[in-house]
Amino acid sequence: MRDPLSKQIKEIEPSGIRKFFDIVSEMKDAISLGVGEPDFDTPWHIREEGIYSLEQGRTFYTSNAGLKELKEEISKYLSRRFALEYDPIDEVMVTVGGSEGIDGALRAMLDPGDEVLLPQPSYVSYEPCVVLAGGVPRIIELKEDNSFKLTREQILENITDKTKILIMPYPNNPTGAIMTREDLEEIVQTVLEKDLYVISDEIYSELTYGSDHVSIASFPGMKERTVVINGFSKSYAMTGWRLGYICAPAVILEQILKIHQFAIMCAPTNSQYAAVEALRNGDEDVASMRTAYNQRRNYLVKALRDMGMQCFEPFGAFYTFPSIKKFGMSSEEFANRLLKEEKVAVVPGTAFGSSGEGFLRISYAYSIEDLKRGLERIEAFISRL
Amino acid sequence: MKKQILDAISKNSRISTKDLAAMLGTTEQEVEKELQEMEDAKVICGYTTLINWDNTDCEKVTALIQVKVTPQRDMGFNKVAERIYRFSEVKSVYLMSGNFDLTVIIEGSSMKEVARFVSEKLSTLEYVTSTATYFVLKKYKEHGVAMTQESQKAGRMLITP
Repeated sequence: MRDPLSKQIKEIEPSGIRKFFDIVSEMKDAISLGVGEPDFDTPWHIREEGIYSLEQGRTFYTSNAGLKELKEEISKYLSRRFALEYDPIDEVMVTVGGSEGIDGALRAMLDPGDEVLLPQPSYVSYEPCVVLAGGVPRIIELKEDNSFKLTREQILENITDKTKILIMPYPNNPTGAIMTREDLEEIVQTVLEKDLYVISDEIYSELTYGSDHVSIASFPGMKERTVVINGFSKSYAMTGWRLGYICAPAVILEQILKIHQFAIMCAPTNSQYAAVEALRNGDEDVASMRTAYNQRRNYLVKALRDMGMQCFEPFGAFYTFPSIKKFGMSSEEFANRLLKEEKVAVVPGTAFGSSGEGFLRISYAYSIEDLKRGLERIEAFISRL
Repeated sequence: MKKQILDAISKNSRISTKDLAAMLGTTEQEVEKELQEMEDAKVICGYTTLINWDNTDCEKVTALIQVKVTPQRDMGFNKVAERIYRFSEVKSVYLMSGNFDLTVIIEGSSMKEVARFVSEKLSTLEYVTSTATYFVLKKYKEHGVAMTQESQKAGRMLITP
């Protein structure tokens, strides 16, 4: 029998998280601090709108790019929150989560052999999606000393004449790092000088603490060369609704839309109606969830530091990324032992790239009570090391 | 900070000042000082517990009573409201807009006891012109918390990227 599989897909490693998930799921009474989605329920007025849309029989396809009302609301929202100006007619497309956006953008923009600058640690999808799109990932290792921010020097060290795209994964999963306006200035300058395109994954843009998120696309000259990816999962606690969006110049979006049209057709209709409600009347929900995350962030960082762990202060998303280097174990070994001995699940930093070695991702998308129970066990574990 | 403290303790009045301080990124002393100030200013008037008495052996009956009163010169409704709220059976008294004047919430150990209170104490008060009593049959939600057993939720997976 012939091999049913493509060589390319076989070469792609399954996500490191998947492997760990299989181990964790066999532990019945494990406490998890390993989740990458909000613990809040989708606010009821948004859910109610989804239910209403079903009652009204809105069970048909929408146009490929998404409901007109939703695209208009997205456009207004990005303008009021992040000073981004996109035309809802041909610069906004509704996707099945941010993940589809990452894949679609890369496939629409890469030719075989084109290089993509990919800062890591970062979300697990970028690297395989670059490969599947025929591109070549060039990993930039972000450093804790530099608060996991990307610098101009790091771009220049890794750039070649084949480099086409820079992926900007901020606010960052798993480190919680953000890029401020000042941090972005030298990146923007480099991108313009070197004629690069940027795919900016801003899915955590509502979850920054202390300062508002700044989109790289809002800098002069950048809108033309940036694809912004965002969505409803993190900001409105809508992960299961599978709804995101891409904003890009019309010449790029037109091509991404082709892929979307043939592979996806359109995002779920009732999710789109619910999202209209989220954008029209959800600002307060977002603010109150942000306040709660910030309290947990304060609590978790202090608790980790109090037990002697080195923990860089994260200003975005809902993760801490403490260093475990002083315990002389690999991230995976630490996470496995913590799970076996104390039944606490955290994610080894290496799930997000080899530069995550020596770190753990501990999520604070949990109530203070849950965090407290998990932290007691982590403390018991490290006190024995 | 006061607002954040109030939000936190309105959901969980047992939270320790240590945890509060960690959540707000401040010191315990600072939190204690804020709490004291708010207690002194009667912003915080007490710390109560949310109990679903239906799940205990104790019998509790709650009634909502709409009361019409004749306002008094110089006192308005305040004097008669005070006469009402001083009874220990009375849990809450609100001055209302609309067809009646006061909402009085009574808790008693039986319907008989509540009925007796209304007929003997409340309706006989000077200036009370009429009452209408509504007994609570089931509490679905109180103080922002669902009191009924919610259907089992499919929770999050233990590990996700």
